[in-house]
Amino acid sequence: MGKDLSIKKVLVIGSGPIVIGQAAEFDYAGVQACRALKEENIEVVLVNSNPATIMTDEDIADKVYLEPLTLESLAAIIKKERPNGVIASLGGQTGLNLACELDKAGVLAEYNVRLLGTNIESIKKAEDREMFKNLMNEIGEPIPDSEIVSSYEDAKKFSDKIGFPIIIRPAFTLGGSGGGIAKNEAEYEEIVHSGLQQSPINQVLVEKSIAGFKEVEYEVMRDANDTCIIICNMENIDPIGIHTGDSFVVAPSQTLTNNEYQMLRTSAIKIIRALKIEGGCNVQYALDTKTNQYYVIEVNPRVSRSSALASKATGYPIAKVTTKIAVGYELSEIKNAITGKTVAAFEPALDYVVVKIPKWPFDKFASGDRMLGTKMKATGEVMAIGRTFKNSFKKAVASLEDKHTGILHYKFENLSDEDLLQDLHIQDDRRIFRVSEALKRNFDVQKIREITKIDPWFINQIKDIVELETALEKTPLNEELYKKAKDFGYLDSEIADISKVSEEELKKYDYPAVFRIVDTCAGEFHASTPYFYSTYGEACELEEFKKEHKGNADIAGASRECGANDTKKENILVLGSGPIRIGQGIEFDYCSVHAARAILENGYESVMVNSNPETLSTDFDIASRLYFEPMNAENVMNIVKKEKPYGVMVQFGGQTAINLAPKLAKQGVKILGTSLESIDAVEDRKVFEKLLSELKIPQPKGRGVKSTAEALSATKELGYPVLVRPSYVIGGRGMQVVYNDDELLTYINEALKFSGEHPVLIDQYIEGLEVELDAISDGKDVLIPGICEHIERAGVHSGDSMSIYPSRSITKRQEKKLVEYAKKIAKKVNIIGLMNIQFIIKDDTVYVIEVNPRASRTVPIMSKVTGIPMTKIAINAILGKSVKSQGYGTGLYKTTKLVCVKMPVFSFQKLNRIDPALAPEMKSTGEVLGVDYSYKKALLKAFIAGGYKFNRRKQRVLVSLNDHYKKPALKIVKKLYSQGFFIMATWGTHKFLEKNGVPSKMIEKFMVDKLQKRMKEGRLSFVLNTPTLGKNSQTSGFQIRTIAEMYGIPCFTCVDTAKAYLNAVKTYDKGAKLNSETITNYRKKKFLGIF
Amino acid sequence: MLATLILEDGTVLKGESFGAQGTSVGEIVFNTSMVGYQEILTDPSYANQIIVMTYPEIGNYGLNDDDFESEKPRCKGFIVKNSCENDSHYKSRQNISTYLKNNGIIGIEGVDTRLLTKKIREFGVMNCLITTENTDDNNFSEKLAQLKGYMPNKDVVLEVTPEKSYVINESGDINLAMIDYGCKTGITDSLAKRGCKITLFPANTDAETILGGNFDSVFLSNGPGDPADCKIELQTIEKLIGKTPIFGICLGYQLLSIALGAKTYKLKYGHRGANHPVINMLDKKVMMTSQNHGYAVDTGSLTQIMEQTYKNLNDDTMEGFRSESLKIEAVQFHPEANPGPTDAAVIFDDWIEKMREYKKAPVRKAEEMASL
Repeated sequence: MGKDLSIKKVLVIGSGPIVIGQAAEFDYAGVQACRALKEENIEVVLVNSNPATIMTDEDIADKVYLEPLTLESLAAIIKKERPNGVIASLGGQTGLNLACELDKAGVLAEYNVRLLGTNIESIKKAEDREMFKNLMNEIGEPIPDSEIVSSYEDAKKFSDKIGFPIIIRPAFTLGGSGGGIAKNEAEYEEIVHSGLQQSPINQVLVEKSIAGFKEVEYEVMRDANDTCIIICNMENIDPIGIHTGDSFVVAPSQTLTNNEYQMLRTSAIKIIRALKIEGGCNVQYALDTKTNQYYVIEVNPRVSRSSALASKATGYPIAKVTTKIAVGYELSEIKNAITGKTVAAFEPALDYVVVKIPKWPFDKFASGDRMLGTKMKATGEVMAIGRTFKNSFKKAVASLEDKHTGILHYKFENLSDEDLLQDLHIQDDRRIFRVSEALKRNFDVQKIREITKIDPWFINQIKDIVELETALEKTPLNEELYKKAKDFGYLDSEIADISKVSEEELKKYDYPAVFRIVDTCAGEFHASTPYFYSTYGEACELEEFKKEHKGNADIAGASRECGANDTKKENILVLGSGPIRIGQGIEFDYCSVHAARAILENGYESVMVNSNPETLSTDFDIASRLYFEPMNAENVMNIVKKEKPYGVMVQFGGQTAINLAPKLAKQGVKILGTSLESIDAVEDRKVFEKLLSELKIPQPKGRGVKSTAEALSATKELGYPVLVRPSYVIGGRGMQVVYNDDELLTYINEALKFSGEHPVLIDQYIEGLEVELDAISDGKDVLIPGICEHIERAGVHSGDSMSIYPSRSITKRQEKKLVEYAKKIAKKVNIIGLMNIQFIIKDDTVYVIEVNPRASRTVPIMSKVTGIPMTKIAINAILGKSVKSQGYGTGLYKTTKLVCVKMPVFSFQKLNRIDPALAPEMKSTGEVLGVDYSYKKALLKAFIAGGYKFNRRKQRVLVSLNDHYKKPALKIVKKLYSQGFFIMATWGTHKFLEKNGVPSKMIEKFMVDKLQKRMKEGRLSFVLNTPTLGKNSQTSGFQIRTIAEMYGIPCFTCVDTAKAYLNAVKTYDKGAKLNSETITNYRKKKFLGIF
Repeated sequence: MLATLILEDGTVLKGESFGAQGTSVGEIVFNTSMVGYQEILTDPSYANQIIVMTYPEIGNYGLNDDDFESEKPRCKGFIVKNSCENDSHYKSRQNISTYLKNNGIIGIEGVDTRLLTKKIREFGVMNCLITTENTDDNNFSEKLAQLKGYMPNKDVVLEVTPEKSYVINESGDINLAMIDYGCKTGITDSLAKRGCKITLFPANTDAETILGGNFDSVFLSNGPGDPADCKIELQTIEKLIGKTPIFGICLGYQLLSIALGAKTYKLKYGHRGANHPVINMLDKKVMMTSQNHGYAVDTGSLTQIMEQTYKNLNDDTMEGFRSESLKIEAVQFHPEANPGPTDAAVIFDDWIEKMREYKKAPVRKAEEMASL
């Protein structure tokens, strides 16, 4: 067939902000898609509202629209750009849903745009539960007893017929949001209601539960010529009942016979053919453990999280091949980029085992409901590659970057054997570790199997690992034991700890890690993929690889694009940021990828280390060489020993990389850029305090304390309220504002337990305007791309606050101060590379509250809205090129007509019992950007992109304010009233409003049920609720907030956000016409923009 | 217990024994299938060969009663990275170690199987000695001599073929003769399931016996060894051609090619795995196939009467041909899978349909044949 020559211009739809269930995997897929299209000389138009992605970089597509992912916005872009085709299957559920909407609204037909790849009919057949069910019946593929219902009454009929447990799956939602397993009628009613509410088509599937079956997934690919291949199959270690995104997963399957493997493979191909999928597709199965009965659980007619995992697990570029298929190629016409000789029509053969473990946010959300079910809760995942399951599993656990690296991960010491046995029933994030503990206590494998339904093969594997630990404890260490431990994946630090010897002593065994290539073909063909993993006791393939590529670093796709050919012999290591978690998201992957490319441009080879299978940084096409390894000092040092890098870049991989810096430096690795001493100078409280006072820069007064007594004396001196937090953390974990001794003591007692050798920090809490900037410094000059101000007052984590660029409420004098302080700090600390400074401005005083000597969350945004390639300039500066010489000048960079508003996006709907109230502790998972030529429009756009619905109907608003915020909120409530909203208020608030002449209807706090009903019926526009202190989940405020989240009703917990929202409503009501421009065009316009 | 592996190129690797004890010499080959070790172990085509599995975890689901491809393993050794002692599957009857021990097959684990695979890939298939005996400097040269002096049995087919003929699926409506060169159960199952009554003949059966049986079609099975060594078998086939429709798989396909005048050659390291892309040259459809062969038919040597039907997309080698006038059709790969994808099972459907057609219309007369 070959390429369809009529396709000249293609619109690629991104997946929007990172939320649980839809994360960085779509940045990876989207970038591959854009590159694959560009290879074909097709003009690429990209739309995505997520500014933290690589895909919204201007060199990825020909035209980049950082615009909301809504029907209106896309229609406007299509009208303007007139693409021949649109690709939606790489933008997750968001992309797919939008394609359906565009089709339904007639936009595609009107502008003669073809949906490339899988067609609308097929998408509907796979996504619509009823149509899917019919199709499966037609082709004779078994599915569990189920019924599609649009009301609870119908759902009830089904449960009466088949009994509990029943699984509830809402149609068209991402990551199974709104679904669950009901064991009784009460649970059933609740989940069905919430599912109906969340499904855009008001449909849920109720299904006979087959919990306990094996869960197996197949990644399938089909072209228009009907050629079908399986890229990879994957077996969930956790049985059916736990969402696959929350399951421990192994690839390929370990416990399936050939017959079972092929039975499901044949079924998957039958399904993909019946659906006429063109491109990648994922089919999920439940397989009985006692017969060969299986059920089809779900089909995703698109690239998914699982396909990103399958791509990384096999080396097969699913998104790229899906794109090639979409523009007309057949699998047999696409070259296998890895072997260079064979074609894409083949099935990868693995000669290693891959294990994926989810990364959950429960370390941050201590109050959160850790139970796992059909609703995904993980924010990210880690993957490990090993020659054996044990090695791979052990490595994956170490990749989680938790306090413990071993599989006896959590200490369950306090549990009696009886309690532990009982707790094995609990399906939460710690279940596998409970299994390990049970094995450590010699519980019977069959008993554990009966309770957990985990296949005994996996339990026995874990048992082997646990037993080795026992052996290490009991026998004096010898060479054989040491080697076995290394083969199993034990770290030296663990062995030393268990065997009570020093790590130094272990060196005598001389058993170094060696590296193997991921080649898609198990060594059958010669391949030179720059994609490595470590193993022990086998032949190393790195030297051979390097010899083949001597003097030719031109192997990475990235280096080709950069035009780098004259590569110096030396290489530079880039540390990635590990799994995506709240506080350390895709933005650091963005920085790592840019760093790797900039290093190549500087004539060095770049070597990437990371453990995250979702992201672009672990695409082997990005750096000269990729190492898929845990972000752990030992694993990184193994690479250092082989690669002998010139140095290591630690400032681009978030706190993960920064935390590794001292350990690497201690072993003689050169830290490039800002030195370790300088990092310490800003991270060590005392040193930093002294430094600021020397520079005469105001700062909130603060103390580092290591005991309760010290804490009390500190607050006596500072006065309440104070901000308390542990030092060295990610995303302000455990940060809180406290107002009195009681609150302080509760906090301190808890925090001291976890802070280790680091002190707990207590700062004066200044409630002013929060401002931040990123800067690039070469030690002499500083370039500041721009200054952002936050909409919410200080006290809300910068990652969770809305922010505006350029800043609009600071005076020239204040701006001068900000720049002056930044320069002073950069020079004094000797920052080489990136830094981020956060300020508070109150009563015309500019306070510095935080300096991060590394790339920050805002680097991708600032790079895009200013056009300054910040990471590149930073790398150049680190490698010796002055900031001044790079063409962007020094000091504060000029602004243009462009205005942008960043809006955080949360995933509370996925996480039960988490208080959505904004606090100093970060809670958001992603962000969107609203860009336009005026603040008002950018603000409205940010809300739209963030998923807020606007319409002319003014309904009820529930207002409930704490005493602290009653006064500041009065103006807003008055405005609300004048804009036509009907105000309901809780008792105290009602009284207060009455006194101030604002009419409201009083509602009883305890009438939560009634409120819930209103929310369910959609008769509430939004909630304004400022939380009372004390995070008691029993308070009605907490309940109101969580119910609002559940039903998707906007809930503002900060007066400033509500104010901004009302502003946006006003802009909307006035009928403002939003612009629809590429980011490049927004920036071009200097003055006198067209409104 | 320690075990040693010595390759013809001088490589010596140490591992742990997990099967029978003793010493064995054979041709070392690798298989890239990730599942299906039971089928591979019991595929008679591996006679004279020592198998390396590239997938590292082997034995996970044990061995069951349903997945044997023949009554016993014919290979000379089994090399893996990691064998599983505590297997787990509801059908499992024994673990792999017990099975190998009971069947006298030496197994070695803890070997760098990727290194081995790459050596075979670079050097080509070679002979190899595996032993569980203590090897040291004293007896190493002796072992090496044993390896160097190894001559494979050229009549290996006769080792694996049945002694007498017998019938499977008495009630089938197509009367099929199968010359069994070491036939996999998967092939007979696939044919019986589709309505064939199969009479299996020993490899050295003469043409007269087969033609005398008045069969609707003849089927030539897979089997071990070099097709060029199969002198008696070829004589029989030459006499069958034109007198009956013939179908063939693997060795059967190679023998048919030679009988029709084409040539075979030894591949550097063969095709053994479950992921080989094969394109149907007539309709351009691509299938994933299961393969196990060390020889290939030389495309350049095809005679006029042969029409190539399938091609391997990895290395463009020939994978199938037909001769419509002679009612002959054969493929190199394994449509019966076991192990591997079942994409090619449609070939059986197609062939069965043809067998039914041929049943109605007998092959042309001998006079006609002479004029070809």
